[in-house]
Amino acid sequence: MTETTTVAAIPRQTRLRMYRDIVRVRRFEERAYKLFMDGLVKGTSHLSIGMEAIAAGFGAAMRDDDLTFCTYRGHAHTLVRGTPMPRVMGELLGRSTGVCGGKGGSMHLTSVEHGVMGSYAIIGAHLPIAAGAAWSAQLRGSDQVTVCFFGDGTTNIGAFHEALNLAAVWELPVVFVCENNLYMEYTAIADVTAVERPAADRASAYGLAPIVVDGNDPEAVHEQAARVIQRARDGGGPSLVEALTYRHGGHSRADPGTYRPQEEIDAWLARDPVPSYRRRLLGDGVAEDELAAIEMEADADVDAATEAARQAPFPAPEEAFTDVWADGGSSWRN
Amino acid sequence: MAELITYRQAVSRAIAQEMRHDESVVFLGEDVAAAGGVFKTTKGLLDEFGDQRVRDTPISEEAILGAAMGAAMTGMRPIAEIMFSDFLATCWDLVAVEIAKMRYMTAGQVRVPLVVRTANGGGLRFGAQHSQSVENWAMMIPGLKVVAPSTPHDLIGLFAAAVRSDDPVMFFEQKSLYPVKGEVPDGEIVDQLGTARTVRAGTDVTVVALAAMVPRAVAAASVLHDEHGISAEVIDLRSLVPLDTATLLQSVARTGRIVTVEENPRLCGWGAEIVSIVGEECFDALRGPMVRVTTPHIPLPSADALEDATLPSVDRIVEAVVKLCR
Repeated sequence: MTETTTVAAIPRQTRLRMYRDIVRVRRFEERAYKLFMDGLVKGTSHLSIGMEAIAAGFGAAMRDDDLTFCTYRGHAHTLVRGTPMPRVMGELLGRSTGVCGGKGGSMHLTSVEHGVMGSYAIIGAHLPIAAGAAWSAQLRGSDQVTVCFFGDGTTNIGAFHEALNLAAVWELPVVFVCENNLYMEYTAIADVTAVERPAADRASAYGLAPIVVDGNDPEAVHEQAARVIQRARDGGGPSLVEALTYRHGGHSRADPGTYRPQEEIDAWLARDPVPSYRRRLLGDGVAEDELAAIEMEADADVDAATEAARQAPFPAPEEAFTDVWADGGSSWRN
Repeated sequence: MAELITYRQAVSRAIAQEMRHDESVVFLGEDVAAAGGVFKTTKGLLDEFGDQRVRDTPISEEAILGAAMGAAMTGMRPIAEIMFSDFLATCWDLVAVEIAKMRYMTAGQVRVPLVVRTANGGGLRFGAQHSQSVENWAMMIPGLKVVAPSTPHDLIGLFAAAVRSDDPVMFFEQKSLYPVKGEVPDGEIVDQLGTARTVRAGTDVTVVALAAMVPRAVAAASVLHDEHGISAEVIDLRSLVPLDTATLLQSVARTGRIVTVEENPRLCGWGAEIVSIVGEECFDALRGPMVRVTTPHIPLPSADALEDATLPSVDRIVEAVVKLCR
């Protein structure tokens, strides 16, 4: 049997779902930025503006019981799995209605009931943890696939290697997705990496195929996502996908991103997934009204989530002393 | 019925007991399956439970603990071996920043019921990188339970309690104790975390010890009784978190004196926490200064003569107690 290269057309419903997710994440991230500037969101936040197509493409390819592990840049991955926006916004604003009751914040969004198994803020840490969740699925015969998202900088830390090797030798149902936005924090990944493609050029070290996908094209992402997720579900083991993309802003709230050449920024802004996917859908005959309705709904959702979060109570101070232990408390002595 | 077994044999009996008890218990680590462990603590487990539940891993401590954590978060109860406790430093992010904090950060959405077992402590002439006593590292991280048994019987019961706990437990096996024998009753043994044991009753001074320091404290108590007429009460803490302060404070309230015997190096050793609790809550009962006997604040040397000069010895414990009670 030869491997087919023709891919079944992505159903209209899936395409609209991806556009909806891209727009919702964009609008959410823009609002999160504004709320930061207004002083309502504290600490730090890492936005996915410009990178939404990766979350949307994978999200639409995952089964409801599949598991997501992501990083501190995890608003997008949390939302596309269906986590209610008011609960995500509530967490950013430190309210009791937040997904983590205000204990996690922007960098630790988690919603187990939606398969979002955590947002991890130490580079590389969650790759072996995702491998462990995949091992568990393999042991339990649950047929679940774990998808683990991380940035390009992660490919140079030891946990990346340990996790990839273990996943390969144990043939674990896990997909590792490198969101390569060309910059770690302030430093270009190319300046500090021995190979040109930080993830794909390492794949052969684990017996895996090198996979590079245009991370600004939701359909290209979705096609790869569907393929590697199915492969994992069928017992074919892990995959490592490098999705090329760009963050429109800096690394975090504190970073204006001035270290990047203007021509590079312009080139990537021209490939912004929101207008480019919109154009593509229009060109394929989707009605303007239908897209406008999706956009209006996203705006309304963000407004409602913001209002709900602003109205929500702050957690009671005593909540700081709950959830350390399984008994619900924090006592370490009798 | 009871049998006399070594602390080493107690490890495999404890793991086997829990793997028989609960299908979701799995075990992974370096050289633990086919080789039966570098300390031969896990012999026979692969044969009984098969290679799905008993797994050899690459030398990848972050992958070992990550795999255990991810599995624990999704319905399993993993036991992970870190061969020497010194190697915890290579995967401390997983221990201290991931495993310990996950339940809290997610407001209880995630539970992490796993046990990290590791060979801890000195006395085997392994030198500075394979002899550290690091139970105090774990004690200072909120979200970890910390256990260190001193006998084969305690090892089995506390291990079972650790595996059955829904919280992550750091389980320190003191490797100098592996050949030590003790009586263990037949049948399933399940103990309780956070319970200290008064090993020897006394009236003049409370000597608090853990793991390999317990038999030394007991030997010192005999010398103190026979040669100095001092009645020492010896308490085996058994777990640092949860900490059985009630047993401790009740004892010091009676004796008026406390000496801790710690294998960890001096600064920020667990005894410092113990004496601070006693100082705050039992000050009026004290008849003298609170004294700590510890390994000095140095890396551990290898040669017999040098290592023996550093770990707390029976003589040093006796000397400290006699000076305090004089």
